[in-house]
Amino acid sequence: MAKITLKDLSHSYLKTQSSDTDWAVRNVNIDWNDGGAYALLGPSGCGKTTLLNIISGLINPTKGDILFDDKMVSNLNPVQRNIAQIFQFPVIYDTMTVYDNLAFPLRNREIEEEKIKSKVHEIAEMLELSSTLNNRASGLTADGKQKISLGRGLVRSDVNAIMFDEPLTVIDPHLKWILRSKLKELHQKINRTMIYVTHDQTEALTFADQVVVMHEGQIVQTGTPVDLFEKPKHTFVGYFIGSPGMNLLPCEFKGGEVILNGKKIETHKKVKSNSFSKTEIGVRPEFINFGSEGIPVKVLSVSNTGRHKIVDTQSESGKIKMIAKPNENIPSGSAFLNFKKEYTYVYGDDWIIE
Amino acid sequence: MNKTINQKAWFFVIPVFVLVAFNAIIPLMTVVNYAFQETFGNNVFMWEGTRWFKQIMLSERFHASLGRQFLFTFIILFIQIPLGIAIALTMPKEGIGVPVCLVLMSMPLLIPWNVVGAMWNIFALPDIGFLGHSLNALGFDYNFTQQIGDAWFTTILMDVWHWTSLVVLLSYAGLQSIQPAYYQAAEIDGASRWAVFTKIELPKMKKVLTIAILLRFMDSFMIYTEPFVLTGGGPGNATAFLSIDLVKMALGQFDLGPAAAMSLIYFFIVLLVCWVFYTLMMRNEGNQ
Repeated sequence: MAKITLKDLSHSYLKTQSSDTDWAVRNVNIDWNDGGAYALLGPSGCGKTTLLNIISGLINPTKGDILFDDKMVSNLNPVQRNIAQIFQFPVIYDTMTVYDNLAFPLRNREIEEEKIKSKVHEIAEMLELSSTLNNRASGLTADGKQKISLGRGLVRSDVNAIMFDEPLTVIDPHLKWILRSKLKELHQKINRTMIYVTHDQTEALTFADQVVVMHEGQIVQTGTPVDLFEKPKHTFVGYFIGSPGMNLLPCEFKGGEVILNGKKIETHKKVKSNSFSKTEIGVRPEFINFGSEGIPVKVLSVSNTGRHKIVDTQSESGKIKMIAKPNENIPSGSAFLNFKKEYTYVYGDDWIIE
Repeated sequence: MNKTINQKAWFFVIPVFVLVAFNAIIPLMTVVNYAFQETFGNNVFMWEGTRWFKQIMLSERFHASLGRQFLFTFIILFIQIPLGIAIALTMPKEGIGVPVCLVLMSMPLLIPWNVVGAMWNIFALPDIGFLGHSLNALGFDYNFTQQIGDAWFTTILMDVWHWTSLVVLLSYAGLQSIQPAYYQAAEIDGASRWAVFTKIELPKMKKVLTIAILLRFMDSFMIYTEPFVLTGGGPGNATAFLSIDLVKMALGQFDLGPAAAMSLIYFFIVLLVCWVFYTLMMRNEGNQ
């Protein structure tokens, strides 16, 4: 049980670094509170797994410190850090039975066989492995093997944190859903810090209280799923989260106002300074309405998803997507769009301007 | 699925059958021919039944060379397999060291058998060879041409030098195919180095080690050229393994009948051991 702090953390797999892109992870500063359920969300190759491996101690970071409860652990190995980690693909010990696999982390720590037994049975019960405990682990399906991997991560009750590196990749969708709720349930029961790496926003948003979004090695935003949806701090969060993603339209500043296509746009805060090379207005499709006046657009197409209609429109500064209610009348041809002021943000060089 | 029965399919087996007939069955048949008959040349044969087989099975000479053969094979397996695994474990996993080590390791494998024999013969000669001379200079009474122990020592050393690389390369390939996640998981699970070896590396190497043991068994059990060039089977008959003894009997004494019978017995021993070994390994596989 510990609060995990990462301080000015950067890691590169190269010997020398010349540009930002040479870093797999750069300038990460974050606190993971004790007992929190976190999701580390980002596309493939953004540095999620590297960050996870740095926390667990499998990788030594190029720069920066890792602290558990304000104690330096940068030089400690995974065993000393007392971390459990579950990997993307099932790792099992072929020659052992399911029971021995689950007991392995405990036996390595020289725990009494009695305690091991009760612990293993408890975990096996939870993961529905009880009936296969005496089978050879290598005979199981991919699902079963990954459950063993999960079980080995969960079997120790004193760990500082449990980390999941896209653990449900190989699991079929139905079981995925069950296991995810199991993990959530387990989190509430044992109250350990859990960090869940994924590139799937649904998985992240349903599992975690706090979602950490990574993009090109940097943490771009940390917040609740609602925060990420309502107020993305980086354009990447805007379009990575949500379906469809946020509309981003190039804009300019004139006389202390934000101008889009020569029209003044009301945004959630007044933006004055302009020292950016690129400025954009960002607004989610959910926060756009049709109106009698506003931004002139041409309606291009409407697709009905059942729950709502997604309308593609073309404005002078680019395409704008909006979401309309299923029973709403969609004007054909020309129309006007209104942005909800409190959910309309301005981004300078991809970061929110406040 | 219903299989179509069509006897014409046999037709397609003919090319393989002809090939196998020419490279295996027909030559083997001539041996079978000699094993059951007596000949004095001029293609005159007399039926002898199982006489040669009985003679060989009861001959002390055959028992002795068979015993030497098994002893030799077990000793070299016992040294080469663990040594090969140990070397493979210490080899670098990435970087410039990998090709360097691989090339160095495959060098002995590229040298022809009789060259290996000649090389070690000269290397180990007590008066002029580097190894022989050095050992004597260090105070050891070493002479592989005269002393049985020294002859065995040199033969085994030569075989270890020549063939351990094969085990190394196979084990190394097995080790390289292990996903890094296994080592990471073991690290997280707090596994000791020994546990990593016995629970991850050894099970993952099982298949290549099966091949390595099988190959080394067969090769060493049929070894001929190297000891023939090194010791010529001597001193006395001390290093006359099965093949050497067989050639002596067949070509030295021209006892074609007993030699043919011995060949067949020899062949069946190799076949039997390989079959037993393979079946045991495969049965383990099936249990998993």
